[in-house]
Amino acid sequence: MSYSKPKFKASYGNFINGKFVEPLGGDYFDNTSPIDGSHIAKYPRSQKEDVEMAIDAANAAKDNWEKTSVTERAALLNKVADIIDENLEEFATVETCDNGKAIRETLNADVPLSADHWRYFASCIRAEEGSVAELDEHTLSMNIKEPLGVVGQIIPWNFPLLMLSWKLPPALAAGNCVVLKPAEQTPSAATLLMEKIADVFPPGVVNVIHGFGPEAGKPLASSSKIDKVAFTGETTTGQLIMQYASKNLNPVTVELGGKSPNVFFNSVMDEDDAFLDKCIEGAVLFAFNQGEVCTCPSRMLVQEDIYDKFMERVVERTKAIVQSNPYDVNTQVGAQASNDQYEKIQSYLKIGKEEGAKTLCGGEANKDGDLSKGHYIKPTILEGHNKMRVFQEEIFGPVVCVTKFKDEAEALEIANDTLYGLGAGVWTRDAHQLYQIPRAIKAGRVWVNCYHAYPAHAAFGGYKKSGFGRENHLMMLSHYRQNKNMLISYDKNKLGFF
Amino acid sequence: MTRIDITPEALKVLKQLKHQHGELIFHQSGGCCDGSSPMIFEKDDMYLDDSDIHMGDLDGVPFYMNQDQYEYWKHTHLTVDITEGRGSSFSLEIPLGLRFIIHSRLLSKEENTFLNDKS
Repeated sequence: MSYSKPKFKASYGNFINGKFVEPLGGDYFDNTSPIDGSHIAKYPRSQKEDVEMAIDAANAAKDNWEKTSVTERAALLNKVADIIDENLEEFATVETCDNGKAIRETLNADVPLSADHWRYFASCIRAEEGSVAELDEHTLSMNIKEPLGVVGQIIPWNFPLLMLSWKLPPALAAGNCVVLKPAEQTPSAATLLMEKIADVFPPGVVNVIHGFGPEAGKPLASSSKIDKVAFTGETTTGQLIMQYASKNLNPVTVELGGKSPNVFFNSVMDEDDAFLDKCIEGAVLFAFNQGEVCTCPSRMLVQEDIYDKFMERVVERTKAIVQSNPYDVNTQVGAQASNDQYEKIQSYLKIGKEEGAKTLCGGEANKDGDLSKGHYIKPTILEGHNKMRVFQEEIFGPVVCVTKFKDEAEALEIANDTLYGLGAGVWTRDAHQLYQIPRAIKAGRVWVNCYHAYPAHAAFGGYKKSGFGRENHLMMLSHYRQNKNMLISYDKNKLGFF
Repeated sequence: MTRIDITPEALKVLKQLKHQHGELIFHQSGGCCDGSSPMIFEKDDMYLDDSDIHMGDLDGVPFYMNQDQYEYWKHTHLTVDITEGRGSSFSLEIPLGLRFIIHSRLLSKEENTFLNDKS
């Protein structure tokens, strides 16, 4: 079965104060599909004035929104989840068209998971409470959670609807108003969502502005009229965002990617059973979403005594990956999201080979038939050592670099020899390793005998240069709030100082 | 001998951006999404200190990289190039529908001795 390119309007507006509005300067940019380079629609090339209009709308809405009951906010979040579910196929085809990812992923992962994140935060906010402590017989300390006010959110292009659904629900549930800027490569899903939910929230509570980073992203991140910025992207922009926030003394949360190790101990090959089959799949998950995942398991570490046999199976499974038209439900790996990514990945394949990495499979662009019109890279396994640049830098493509290790100590040394600490995978049948190895890896998320699962209710965020903040979990609410401590005296008598 | 170079096509864009924005700097990014690519900003936009290594100048525009990253890159020679594309960072060329990218090659033995052993 195959889907086809969805229909779009000729142009779209920014969503500000509950309405779609044209950019004040009247400029638009063309959005194209990485599947075949075809035109999708025109989106606003917003400037500072557009961003300020959105921020003003959010500020005007915040006092009333803050006062809504958690019952009401939860009901609205649930309503968004229902709307996403009811329009599964439409969201999935738009997302596939915009990003290039395979339709089986958008149908089965991106869109249903997005709905679930809205529901998760709708339930969190109902179950959560502040705290009270009786400090002495006359004194009560009460902690009440209050929203920050207006939050700026800048989201990436690898999971456009899902990243939006990681960021918007906790901010709204906590009682904030939001100005969100989708990545300019993938503006469509956020726009479709605003069309569908235009009447759900009071005007100004959710605002979406489109445009380029230096023209629209920077004015949002540096505005003195917002109270926090949440960002997912790369390190230099992360640093700039923190720098701008420091001028306003605003809090930030940043998620900046990684170079995640996926570690396979020799016990995985003790039996040739369903679990080994799961491990092989776990190794091949580097190609999931074309490798455009912050936690792509892009460094594979395999114990030396099983290396040859294990890699034979991994290479065989990788070669069997179906890379084809992303609208076809049988396609497993689609197109890279943009031409510059496509070029960057090829540049890494080149330097990897120059540094002496051996190509076990793939290693080049896929230009078979119609694929030559889009940005397709063959799933690639490079064999080398951890000091090579391909082992240290996020390639953001379907490329894994594999190396051997001798024992637990060496596995940990290699796993932790990275600037980043977002994700990691550990695969073993050994009960001790199951606990001790994940504890010793310096990363915010360690998958144990699994990988690439992102359920709501499991906290996600980085160590080291991968940033900070913990999304997908109740604890994210505290990143969107401040704590009001009321210290109450029930003592009728004075202190006696004056 | 240099650590970094620029292609004629990229230089053309660089000159255009200098004309538009004045003094500029390059900073090499890492990490997710648009990471692992060079970003270009107005000179005073980014706070730099001793942790940013000055890799060289391209038509008078200094190119920096964070020290930690530099440790893994210093054995390679970099060439800044330009390609059609659309990044989502704050880099100034993005509105032009273009993106700076890096091509790398290993330093020759001679270059490596000159650039990395002298310090």
